[in-house]
Amino acid sequence: MEQKLDIQTMIFKLEQFWASKGCMIMPSYDENKGAGTMSPYTFLRAVGPEPWKACYVEPSRRPADGRYGDNPNRLFQHHQFQVVLKPAPLEIQQYYLDSLKVLGIEPLEHDIRFVEDNWENPSMGCAGVGWEVWLDGMEVSQFTYFQTVGELDVKPTMGEITYGVERLASYIQDVNSVFDLEWGDGVLYRDIFKEPEYEHSKYAFEESDQKQLLEFFDTYERIAKRLLGQNLVHPAYDYILKCSHTFNLLDARGTVSVTERAGYLHRIRNMAHEVAVKFVEEREKRGFPLLKSAQAKAEASND
Amino acid sequence: MTKDFLFEIGVEEMPAHVASKSVKQLADRTGKFLKENGLGFKEIKTYSTPRRLTVLVKELDEKQADVDEVKKGPAKKIAQDADGNWTKAAVGFARGQGMSADDIYFEELKGVEYAYVHVQKAGKEAKEVLLGLDEVIKAMTFPTKMRWDSQDFEFVRPIHWLVALYGSEVVPVEFLDITAGRKTAGHRFLGDSVVLANADDYVEALRDQYVIVDADERKAMIVSQINDLVNSHNWQIKLDASLLEEVNNLVEYPTVFAGSFDQKYLEIPDEVLITSMKDNQRYFEVYDQEGKLINCFISVRNGNKDHLENVISGNEKVLVARLDDAVFFYDEDRKYPLSHFVDRMDSVSFHDKIGSMAEKMTRVRIIGDYLAKRFGLSAEEVADFDRVSGLYKFDLVTQMVGEFAELQGVMGMHYARLAGENENVSVAIKEHYMPTTAEGDLPKTKVGALLSVADKLDTIIAFFGAGMIPSSSNDPYALRRYAYGIVRILLNEDWSLPFDQVVPEIVELLSGKTPAKLPQGAEEDKQLADFIRDRIKQFLQKNNYQYDVIDAVLASSEQDPSQILAAAKVLQQHHDDKAFKPVVESLTRIANILKKAKFSQASPVDPNLFEDRSEQDLYNGVEALANVKDHAELYEAFVALQGVIDRYFDVNMIMAKDEAVKNNRLSQLAAVNDLAKRLGDLSKLVIK
Repeated sequence: MEQKLDIQTMIFKLEQFWASKGCMIMPSYDENKGAGTMSPYTFLRAVGPEPWKACYVEPSRRPADGRYGDNPNRLFQHHQFQVVLKPAPLEIQQYYLDSLKVLGIEPLEHDIRFVEDNWENPSMGCAGVGWEVWLDGMEVSQFTYFQTVGELDVKPTMGEITYGVERLASYIQDVNSVFDLEWGDGVLYRDIFKEPEYEHSKYAFEESDQKQLLEFFDTYERIAKRLLGQNLVHPAYDYILKCSHTFNLLDARGTVSVTERAGYLHRIRNMAHEVAVKFVEEREKRGFPLLKSAQAKAEASND
Repeated sequence: MTKDFLFEIGVEEMPAHVASKSVKQLADRTGKFLKENGLGFKEIKTYSTPRRLTVLVKELDEKQADVDEVKKGPAKKIAQDADGNWTKAAVGFARGQGMSADDIYFEELKGVEYAYVHVQKAGKEAKEVLLGLDEVIKAMTFPTKMRWDSQDFEFVRPIHWLVALYGSEVVPVEFLDITAGRKTAGHRFLGDSVVLANADDYVEALRDQYVIVDADERKAMIVSQINDLVNSHNWQIKLDASLLEEVNNLVEYPTVFAGSFDQKYLEIPDEVLITSMKDNQRYFEVYDQEGKLINCFISVRNGNKDHLENVISGNEKVLVARLDDAVFFYDEDRKYPLSHFVDRMDSVSFHDKIGSMAEKMTRVRIIGDYLAKRFGLSAEEVADFDRVSGLYKFDLVTQMVGEFAELQGVMGMHYARLAGENENVSVAIKEHYMPTTAEGDLPKTKVGALLSVADKLDTIIAFFGAGMIPSSSNDPYALRRYAYGIVRILLNEDWSLPFDQVVPEIVELLSGKTPAKLPQGAEEDKQLADFIRDRIKQFLQKNNYQYDVIDAVLASSEQDPSQILAAAKVLQQHHDDKAFKPVVESLTRIANILKKAKFSQASPVDPNLFEDRSEQDLYNGVEALANVKDHAELYEAFVALQGVIDRYFDVNMIMAKDEAVKNNRLSQLAAVNDLAKRLGDLSKLVIK
């Protein structure tokens, strides 16, 4: 680690690396969400038989984790670098380790461990088996073989690697506060995100209108259900994401009781299941195009 | 001839807690497979790392034994029909021996002709039999399994390679799209793959590639390196066995190192520091010679000493980030008085169907006050209990417990002390969770023990009241553990609590004072009492009481754990005495006579109806027993009364013709029987 990578170079190197493994570089998806998994480029593409390889940076908003920009490691919005490979190749772990080398992290100079962590996101009906990856004791990535998404079996299995961008960058740039990170061209993380962190925290903890949020939730849910009824999968999914984020905002106020919480999560999970089912149905109507093209490609390379 | 057989399943990193159990399972299944296939061996050694499960079968037979034997089947007239065709019976017999009906010949035995086949089978070679080991892989079970790629098979983690070597020969076991060979993987970073010439090369060949495959050896390396570090710094360490086991199963080649953190973090409670180090980071915490926690930690790297300074500084940085968080929470929480948190108990749910924590705390105070009277606690203890019952769940809404859930109770204790609560009150907050495991430590203070019993009893009553009664296979809220905890605390404190009587009284006290549903009626009370009774049984079993003693004491109507235990102690203690058998026999005889006579209308014994001196003797003896203090004394009294009882039976006819005399004698026996029942149902005792 002679030269310290700034964040944008780090992202660029990861994109290049994963593109070389056949991943498409997708743009971040423009709906609020709590994790890269909730992007349609992961959630929807995980279900059904079609292959899919993609990587992208995803801003991940977690209102309850907001700290007004005061805490060196906790953020209202952090960034994930998300990689999904379906089916997960047998070499996926090695690919991951190679990607760390690209970032200047030589395994022989560190202690890299795969520590059991079976990820789940009950609100989206998702569960997987895998690890947290530890770099000298710090969790820098989450590595998961999806088993169910939207309560559907994921088959073939999708491998998901989520790099915590700020965590990894803090390690690489050797800083103690994310706000000291260099994003690019000498501009620091604080220059970009300090105020947004404060303002979003202020909004989420003090200024959000709970009554209105509750109404939003109900409205978004109603729209999502109507769209699902019309097989309009993608707009329906956008509204499910809106429901999820609205719930997270409500939750941040700490007034959602345990019972109510279970109720909201259940409502989101039902919609997540339905949209997953609908997505597969719609793809099937089109003859699972990506499966066909992958098969054609495989045959061509066999000839 | 025998050779050693090596079988290795190479996987992606397994969870630390499954490796040891799984390799044992693999050995058991392999052993069973070999036995079923008629291959003998000396022993099976096991090796495991995060990335491999391996068995080495020592001195495995080279082939199965040959079979050369004559098998007798049905009589000829059953084997062939009138036309000389083979019957179903004959065909079945031949098939059962692995032959066809054409192989059948007849021979006479004692004048009758029978069907025979001559079975000759060359034993299969081990190499051939071992090809079937894919069945063993398929049969393996794990707490969590996963699919990978496009197939349906599930295993703990994806399988990458198989090694199967019989001596120097590969056994090409096929599984999914993998064929077993002789190539295994070295350490993920330090080693290369190795081609094994012989099964026996395994341990040493992998050692060269920085993999210590023997888990015990690896553990010994860790312990010895830790000891070196500890000794050189004059430290002390508590070598937590489960942490050591976990750490051992996270590495293939261990190197122990120590790191440190700023002294200033020692201000936060030890428990917080230990949780951060041990639970979150899998570090061992370090103490000085006086047993005080110091600002250092010990951890284990999966690798060698090269660039260890990077690893150390990285780990230090991670820990400091965690401790900074903890300091933040600690400072935040201390900005508020306890009442700030207590006020929020209304909005914390205990259970959807039961109600809030605030409601629970109200019920627990009522229950505890009632129990305190029964247990005879001092006014001071009752005052402390009343205080703590209004506080004790408050730490659930502190930031620290929000982050470190495992510190519930502990943080409450610390925060209560800092807020100026007295020691009894503060400690009870922590102790009310105890015992946290079935055989875990019990509360040490009276107030803590009382709060723990009241809290657990409330939980059980509330869940039973809401109809959420555990079944034999399903106990999601761990009510069994709570009930067992109650039993242990009562016995430890020598507190008497007859549940059959107490539960209805508590329900009565609570009714109208809580929105929670309460158990209604005798049926539910009985279910609850039976539930607790089963835990008393568990306690007696755990403490090695003989099964017949347990059966005897639990068959009585007694519901007070301390009384039941006292009875069990006496029966167990005297079980093998000389006097035991005659005493138990005569007391059992009395119970049987009463049962046979269907006698239930006992009335006070009338000495005026006595016809013999022996009757007066027994009467006097029983009268004297009315005041025995405890079960030991009761038993001794029965031993002393033995001769009197025997003479009573020798001289008197119980079922006398005179109805009044008969009833008087039966009443006398009933009086003896009532006393005997305090020891249990003695007919359940097995006496040699």
